[in-house]
Amino acid sequence: MLLIRCPYCEEERPELEFRNAGEAHIARPTNIAAESDDDFEKFFFIRANPKGVVYERWRHIHGCARFFNAVRDTVTDRFVMTYKAGEPKPAKLPGASK
Amino acid sequence: MAKAAAKTKAAAASTSVERRPALAGRTLSAPGVKVEMLPPAERISLRAPQASLAALSKALGLTLPTKPKTSATKDGRTALWLGPDEWMIIDEAGKDPLADCAKVTMLHSAVGISHRNVAISVVGPAAAAAVNSGCPQDLSLEAFPLGAASRTILGKSEIVLLRSAADTFRVECWRSFSDYVFTLLSEAAGDAAN
Repeated sequence: MLLIRCPYCEEERPELEFRNAGEAHIARPTNIAAESDDDFEKFFFIRANPKGVVYERWRHIHGCARFFNAVRDTVTDRFVMTYKAGEPKPAKLPGASK
Repeated sequence: MAKAAAKTKAAAASTSVERRPALAGRTLSAPGVKVEMLPPAERISLRAPQASLAALSKALGLTLPTKPKTSATKDGRTALWLGPDEWMIIDEAGKDPLADCAKVTMLHSAVGISHRNVAISVVGPAAAAAVNSGCPQDLSLEAFPLGAASRTILGKSEIVLLRSAADTFRVECWRSFSDYVFTLLSEAAGDAAN
C-alpha cells in the first residue's frame, strides 16, 4: 500500500484514506460569464495528462478531510512531494533527476 | 441554552419517548480481546477558526488540541482533533457540550451528532490487531500513542478511532454502519489472538 504524506496531518498515511481530485493549479476565471466557449472548454474539460511528473489535487477524505496538492510520477506512481492547498507550485522538486 | 433546557423538559414530560441506540448491549468476547457497544454519549462536531479556540476551550472546560492526531480529556469529556479546524467532542458525563458552545459569541459551528454516532470499545491485549484487521493505520504505541485520535477507515466504513488506554480503543461510527463495523470487529476479534 502506498503511504502518502498529508501536509495537514504532518505524517504519512495509508492511501486508502485519500482520494484523487484531479489536476492542480487550474485557476477559475475571475469573470466566468465573459469566457468564450472555447476558453471555457479549455478551463473546464481539457487536462494536460502527461506521462511523468504531474501536479494533482488530493483529498485526505477519511482523515482530516483537507484538500492538498501532490506531485506524483505517473510512470512509477511515486509521490515526489505534497504541499498545502493554496501554496504555489514548487520551483524545485526534491531529488529531481531532470 | 434555552433550547437545551426546553429539550430536557420535553423529554421528561413524555415518558413514552424512548431512545434505542443501535445494537445496544451487544458484546463479544474472544481470547485476548473484547468488543462491546458503549452506552450513549453526547457528541458534537465543532468547526472553528484559530481565533475562537480560546473562548471555546474555556466554555467547554478543556483545551482543544491543535496537534494532529491528538485528543484532550477532562471530567468525562473528550475533544478529538479531526482536522485543522475540526474537532469532535464526546461527553460521557451526561452534560451537553452544545449548550456550552452556545454561550460562545466568537465565530464557530457546533452541530449535535449524538444520535448519528455509536461507539464500540475494543479492549484487550489483541485490541490493536483486531482494529488493524480493517484499519490500515499503524497502531503500534509509538505511532498511535495513548490519547491518539484520528478519523480513518475500517473496511468500507469511516470511523473515528481513539486510543483511550494502551489496550483500549474507542471506535466511533455512524449508527447505520454500526452493524457492519461491529460484525467486522467481532470476526477480527476471533482471529486477533492467533
